[in-house]
Amino acid sequence: MSTKRNTFRHRTLPYLLIAPQLAVTLVFFMWPAAQAVIQSFEQEDAFGLSTTWVGFQNYQTLFADPEYLNALKVTVVFTLGVTAVSLGLALLLALAVDRMVKSATVYTTLLVWPYAVAPAVSGVMWWFMFNPTIGIFPYLLHMVGYDWNHGLHGTDAMILVILAASWNQISYNFLFFVAGLQSIPASLREAAAIDGAGPAKRFWTITLPLLSPTTFFLLVVNFVYAMFNTFATIHATTQGGPAGSTNILVYKVFNDGFIGLNLGSSSAQSVVLLFIVIALTVVQFAWVERRVQY
Amino acid sequence: MAAITLESVGKTYAGGVTAVHAIDLAIADGEFLVLVGPSGCGKSTLLRMIAGLETISSGAVKIGNRVVNQVEPAERDIAMVFQNYALYPHMSVRENLAYGLKNRGVPKDEIARRVAEAAKILEIGGFLDRKPRALSGGQRQRVAMGRAIVREPAAFLFDEPLSNLDAKLRVQMRGEIKQLQARLGTTSIYVTHDQLEAMTLAHRLVVLNGGRIEQVGTPLEVYRKPASTFVAAFIGSPAMNLLQAEVSGGRVRLGGASLPAPGAADGKVTLGLRPEDLQRTRPGAEGALLMNVAYVEELGAQRLVHGTVGGQSVVCAQPVESDLGDTLTLTADPAAVHLFDAASGKRLG
Repeated sequence: MSTKRNTFRHRTLPYLLIAPQLAVTLVFFMWPAAQAVIQSFEQEDAFGLSTTWVGFQNYQTLFADPEYLNALKVTVVFTLGVTAVSLGLALLLALAVDRMVKSATVYTTLLVWPYAVAPAVSGVMWWFMFNPTIGIFPYLLHMVGYDWNHGLHGTDAMILVILAASWNQISYNFLFFVAGLQSIPASLREAAAIDGAGPAKRFWTITLPLLSPTTFFLLVVNFVYAMFNTFATIHATTQGGPAGSTNILVYKVFNDGFIGLNLGSSSAQSVVLLFIVIALTVVQFAWVERRVQY
Repeated sequence: MAAITLESVGKTYAGGVTAVHAIDLAIADGEFLVLVGPSGCGKSTLLRMIAGLETISSGAVKIGNRVVNQVEPAERDIAMVFQNYALYPHMSVRENLAYGLKNRGVPKDEIARRVAEAAKILEIGGFLDRKPRALSGGQRQRVAMGRAIVREPAAFLFDEPLSNLDAKLRVQMRGEIKQLQARLGTTSIYVTHDQLEAMTLAHRLVVLNGGRIEQVGTPLEVYRKPASTFVAAFIGSPAMNLLQAEVSGGRVRLGGASLPAPGAADGKVTLGLRPEDLQRTRPGAEGALLMNVAYVEELGAQRLVHGTVGGQSVVCAQPVESDLGDTLTLTADPAAVHLFDAASGKRLG
């Protein structure tokens, strides 16, 4: 009798207890997902009067569509950009706070505030700051001879959305890095100092490897964030333009489905995204959780 | 190998708290010096100043003939063993040992030779490729020592290295550290709050209290002639009995009892008597202490009798076979009578 088990005498009680959760999951997650999968094999006529089963035709069209392939490329650039900027700056800020003796908590609190700002609001804020006509940054850039216009230049637009999307996420990453740094015993860095490692060497050989669990966790979280949670940012700043240069996959799903009303293609794109999420989750569980520890 | 000299070394923190007051200390080449004191006495701060992990507020630290106040920890030619071992968790034991040498650009074959040698000395050759988390507490302790040995430094600094081990392992590692130091002959400074560790390891021990040195001496000197009531109470287990008494006519008087105190000036004193120095004598002997027994602790080798003499609590050690009543008649050898100034606590005579 070493293990004690709670058993329900009533056979249906356990099912009743998990029913609310199951119902929510089924109605709001499984059903729409299933609907998307079904719709991705269908085509609707222009007036929404009839649907026909077209098999994999939506997918074939999709992967032959240069615009979709462009969106894939844009998504990769955008995701890598957001992850690099938000992780890099967050780590820098966290290292700075970690070195502070006084008022570290004040800085931490202040640096967390941006996370509370809604992405759409921060998007609008960045849109104002970088507005070619009234923004402060184009004005400053003009002084050094750079003609900023994210309405015309794809690169400018990409930089803008990467900055806007990173800004919120830096706070989140920063918090995790600060916690990660605090969990590294000071004596390890002291031992390394006595062992003849300078500050830079200590960072690369001691701090960074010991932060790797935090870093890999944040890597996955930031990938997911950049790919799926940045709709509001894009919508508030560039709306995917100019000429699709910031049209990431999630934004294209919305554009094709709800603006273009091409539900079949939109659904097929959703299903592709679904597989990307599954792949990322598998990576997180199978690779990150097992390999990155010491 | 080097001597270490502290010249009125002090530490005052930014908030104005002074942790260490102007300490002068000369540690000879090859000496095993133990800094001992209760927590907050400044012993770790002092060690960390020698290591270069804390800035020195005043005075000078010399390693060999070099003043090292402004020298980086890495350049001081010292190795430190930390309380939590501070092993790099993402490196194997071998990498942990080699890290300090690699940073200094020691050639590969030389690193391999020194690691192998340290592994042999400490018997850790069997798990050089394991990560620290796969080691037991005692093995981690050895690796931490190994990391210090491979560097072949001028001095070892130990910051309470045994306090994370269980009692049995602590005794074993204590013996190993002592033998290792004797064999290598490297100057060592060892910080501990455990007076037994201090007594057993030290060539000389330094008793610190409130950032000041109470006494410096060999373990026996400190045990036999404690310089103050603080040292008397701190060194020795069970602790020395400290009793309020009065000297008159060459005898120290405590209620009706009195003990010989030749040469002591008349006045109030604190009388120190080690529990093991109190012997039983025949009832009615002149000047004997009458102890009312409260309770007895059996230690196996001896028994500790707790009670009171003239209303003040006293502990005395008695042989196991002894036949105890409600009262014990006790006396002490004149050589075992310690007298301290009642006000300052400093030793008299």
